[in-house]
Amino acid sequence: MSERRPVGIPLRVEPVVELPPVERTAVLESIRQNGKLDGALLPVLHGIQDRLGWVPPGAVPLIAAELNLSRAEVHGVVTFYHYFRRERPGRKVIYLCRAEACQAVGAAELEAHARRRLGADFHGTSRDGQYTLEPVYCLGNCACGPSLMIDRELHAYVTPAKFDELTAE
Amino acid sequence: MTITVYIPREATALALGAEAVARAIAAEAAQRRQNVRIVRNGSRGAFWLEPLVEVATAGGRCAYGPVRVGDVPGLFTADFLAGRPHPLRLGPVSEIPYLQKQERLCCARLGVIDPLNLDDYLANEGYAGLRAALALQPAAIVQQVTDSGLRGRGGAAFPTGIKWRTVLGAPGTGDGQKYVVCNADEGDSGTFSDRLLMEGDPFCLIEGMTIAALAVGATRGFIYLRCEYPHAQAALQAAIAAAYAGGYLGADVMGSGRRFDLELRLGAGAYICGEETSLLESLEGKRGQVRFKPPLPAIAGLFGRPTVINNVITFASVPAVLARGADWYREFGTGRSRGSLPIQLAGNIARGGLVEKAFGITLRELLYDFGGGTRSGRPIRAVQVGGPLGAYWPESRFDTPLDYEAFAQGGGMLGHGGVVVFDDTVDLAAQARYAMEFCAIESCGKCTPCRIGSTRGVEVIDRLRAGERPAQQAALLRDLCNTLTYGSLCALGGLTPLPVISALDHFPEDFTRTRAAAAAGS
Repeated sequence: MSERRPVGIPLRVEPVVELPPVERTAVLESIRQNGKLDGALLPVLHGIQDRLGWVPPGAVPLIAAELNLSRAEVHGVVTFYHYFRRERPGRKVIYLCRAEACQAVGAAELEAHARRRLGADFHGTSRDGQYTLEPVYCLGNCACGPSLMIDRELHAYVTPAKFDELTAE
Repeated sequence: MTITVYIPREATALALGAEAVARAIAAEAAQRRQNVRIVRNGSRGAFWLEPLVEVATAGGRCAYGPVRVGDVPGLFTADFLAGRPHPLRLGPVSEIPYLQKQERLCCARLGVIDPLNLDDYLANEGYAGLRAALALQPAAIVQQVTDSGLRGRGGAAFPTGIKWRTVLGAPGTGDGQKYVVCNADEGDSGTFSDRLLMEGDPFCLIEGMTIAALAVGATRGFIYLRCEYPHAQAALQAAIAAAYAGGYLGADVMGSGRRFDLELRLGAGAYICGEETSLLESLEGKRGQVRFKPPLPAIAGLFGRPTVINNVITFASVPAVLARGADWYREFGTGRSRGSLPIQLAGNIARGGLVEKAFGITLRELLYDFGGGTRSGRPIRAVQVGGPLGAYWPESRFDTPLDYEAFAQGGGMLGHGGVVVFDDTVDLAAQARYAMEFCAIESCGKCTPCRIGSTRGVEVIDRLRAGERPAQQAALLRDLCNTLTYGSLCALGGLTPLPVISALDHFPEDFTRTRAAAAAGS
């Protein structure tokens, strides 16, 4: 998006950023890796979430300054997309499919069971910090539902009993 | 002698244990000192047979499935490597009725080849389409696609050739840059054909996009893939790298001197980004908000430049059209729906999976002949075709042929070809409520009917189900749906009334069920 880059304002104002060093490094690494792409913001945010598991709100001013966007633009994008997390997740994230094909084979029961079992609602994390529960609208496993994905691993025919097995470790 | 064994590395097969089966077969073979070469193919899409293990024998590929880790020692003992009998033996894979009865034009290589092996692709008609295209002028490529009758497989069914011709003729801006964008944001529930193709035959998509680039004069392309598909992501990344290494992408495509660069980008869990203008906004690094049309993306698309944007299956259908000719493709299909559609049988279905057939097959044939009825064994009560924005249909509509116009005429939508099956335990009032809820969650917020109307829709349906002045609520719901249909900016708000009203029309008893139950209880 070259037309949005500045024509050459000499000043470069460092935003006030209160980010722990680990997070700051992750943000800057992602920007170094993806920042020059056309339409870089989504790749940058993915890079951050891949490294940290979330996009700390404190990173927004830094991303904005580095990509020459306004904070509002960055905040707007982070909050628009369901996948980007603004709270630190549990050790693993469970993406539970809520869509029609899974509903047809018992997703609603599984959903209720998962909430009970983890003691957490959607977007919440179990009290032991192990699992964050996220709704997802289709994992493309629609012939073998109910489906869920734990981090990047897909599971089929997930009954409440199988859910317990998967979360037993 | 080394024997080749095929075990899918496709997401559903993996979810059913294909990785463990592959490891077990490798270990068992090593222990028995048998030379086995394991190829990780794509899935053929007969999911109830996954993990489907195929052995290359003198008499062709012999299938066994569904194979669990515990079956592996027994398979070796039965000498499955020679194609010998075993309770799981299905016979020659090409003779499995579910697969044999299909017409695989677009998905011909699925499960057949090693998806990431360029030589395997080339040996199976790969890049024949691009080779043919390179001998043609851009307008002649567009003409082939137009003559084939191919229409956009994402759901809107717009004639692909006409779209391409518009981009070819678009003047663009000063730098002359044009783009080819693949919509791989397959968000509709009940659909997975894009995913299967990207995982099982990624070069086919790359080839189709390259042909599109030649046809319209574009030098850059993007695949916008939903982030819920990590396996497709890995396959595409590897395939793009291999295509670059093999000279099929980059500055000199197949030695032609023509440039085409292709990048993979990930979405971030927004259903609306499957809408083309919203997808373009997202690719530009913005909120995925729908754009007003005009201008069409073909005139001013990505970064304001003329852009071809098509679905995965649309692009993947093009190589065969170029390789075999438009007439060959046109031969298939019915009416104005030419060629074939990869249909996806999903939800409560006994034999779910991918069925690619020429247009014209009826829903009933799909549900019973291919699908074998419900998985639960109960009667089918309703099907939803075309994703979350498709109509709920009762059995009386099952003789509708798969054809864009026939579906529209029946008040439905064929969309991306997903068929979600429900048995008689379904509550269609709950499904109607969900349709509104989904719209509220996924609305981009740009237009009022969709943003506000969806939330109001949930409330009205709740009151209707609770029996609060039901006649008025039903009238209100229809009025609200009318506003959504005609007042929304894009298909999300515009089509959400389809599942809602179809549920109300075909299954009115479900909207009084909670009331009846409450009355019976009191």
